[in-house]
Amino acid sequence: MSLVVTHVKYQFLETIRIPIAVIGNMFFPAASMLFFVVPFAGDDPVAATYATGSMMTFAVMSTCLFTYGIGVSEDRAQPWDPYLRTLPAGPWPRFAGRLVTGMAFMGIALVPVVLIAAFLTKATVSPLGALLGLGALAIASLPFTLLGLLIGYALPSKAAIAVAQILFFPLAFGGGLLSAPGNAPSFIETIAPFLPTRGSVELVWAATGDFTPHVVSLVMLAVWTVVAGALAAWAYRRDEGRRFS
Amino acid sequence: MTETLARAVEVSRRYGDVTALHPTSLDIRAGELIGLLGPNGAGKSTLVNLLAGLRRPTSGSISLFGGSPGDPVHRRSLGTTPQETGLPPTLKVRECVDFVSAHYPSRADRDELLERFGLAELRDRQIGGLSGGQKRRIAVALAFAGRPRLVLLDEPTTGLDVEARRALWDAIRDFHAGGGTVLLTSHYLEEIEALAERVVVLGEGRVLADDSLASVRGMVGVRRVTLTAAGLPELPGVLGVETDGARTHLLTSDADRLVRELVLADVPFSGLEIRATTLEEAFLAITAQDAHPTAV
Repeated sequence: MSLVVTHVKYQFLETIRIPIAVIGNMFFPAASMLFFVVPFAGDDPVAATYATGSMMTFAVMSTCLFTYGIGVSEDRAQPWDPYLRTLPAGPWPRFAGRLVTGMAFMGIALVPVVLIAAFLTKATVSPLGALLGLGALAIASLPFTLLGLLIGYALPSKAAIAVAQILFFPLAFGGGLLSAPGNAPSFIETIAPFLPTRGSVELVWAATGDFTPHVVSLVMLAVWTVVAGALAAWAYRRDEGRRFS
Repeated sequence: MTETLARAVEVSRRYGDVTALHPTSLDIRAGELIGLLGPNGAGKSTLVNLLAGLRRPTSGSISLFGGSPGDPVHRRSLGTTPQETGLPPTLKVRECVDFVSAHYPSRADRDELLERFGLAELRDRQIGGLSGGQKRRIAVALAFAGRPRLVLLDEPTTGLDVEARRALWDAIRDFHAGGGTVLLTSHYLEEIEALAERVVVLGEGRVLADDSLASVRGMVGVRRVTLTAAGLPELPGVLGVETDGARTHLLTSDADRLVRELVLADVPFSGLEIRATTLEEAFLAITAQDAHPTAV
């Protein structure tokens, strides 16, 4: 357990020492809040709350795809990784450390979104709603964490960067994160329920406001999570088998 | 009886169609300082990776401190060296050492360790800003962070200048003098000569020799005598003959004797050159010796 803490500490340090990486991670959701949410929905409490939920889901998704996808893939290319395998600890402290560090940076990416929502919009949420919202985000982060790990373990780093970038826009747009519930262009309303972003954001909407999630979205969220999990486990084992067997 | 810290029994390793290591046995006993010598591609790193648990043998078995090296418990007294190119660039030197030693039940004093490897002044510097030689020294120092009983040092001084290399040799000697066991790979004969007591020579994935330093030095201390001559008689001590146009190359472990014999045989020759062979050539001579015992 203390080794997990050690790994979290040093992985956190390694990342935070490159401030632009952290700022970049916070920038997209914060900028989207400022450009799209504040001017268009800021004055309407209901719309602002929904939009804030969308941006938080967006922040969670992009952090997961980038920190896990690109981070894992770059680490795999370094000879430091096999060296750590010769230390008297299994691969789990490093893996657990990676997950916890990813969550910490997810939290950091959420801070500006919350601050902008609180001070620049009329978004409102009860304390219980905020707590449920965080819980919903934790569930929402699952499929994206697994997708990120899949990218990281399956692809070399240059391909991982490209795939993460290619994935994150259609997932955000297609899942309807950039429009209010029911307000997206009709083709997006058609495909959205089949993307993991939609189920995720519906959970957040339901936790923080008066929204009833659609069954299709939630079922698809579960399907994405299970499939991404199975593929991530496959990619992890394949990588272990290639490098350490 | 001395304790055996690591033991390889008939281990082999294949990567796809390539056999990196043919069935090989090796015992590493407490207190030994073993030099593992061989040209690139001889299987040195493969053997080290098998001992460290990074790879599983294709056949045969490896035991480290009485168990499988794949089990972390058995690696508690093992120290290894990362490649310096992979050290985390944003960590400071002292943080990197702390991070590695946190994995071990028994830890070396960090500042004393940095002092020993001439890194004390760099302790607060980020690793990314250091030179290749400085990183190399950090990498070697990390092998000692967990107070190991056995260290596996894969090419520890590659890329170091003479002074840094000698300082590192001193640190390795001190560790050995304090009862530590070392397996050191190198393709520098000089390094093996400076440190090792027992030498294992690997070539093309096979153990060519496993003996004391003195006897292996005799085997690889091969010279190349080159001359132009119309015809040469049978000469004693010739390990191998190659011709290259008019020039004839003779490989021998005793060049002085060969030249005396040449003169005594009254053979007309010209353009006599004698030079030390590269290790690769010496290995070829050893392999040739194995293949054609009559040539000796």
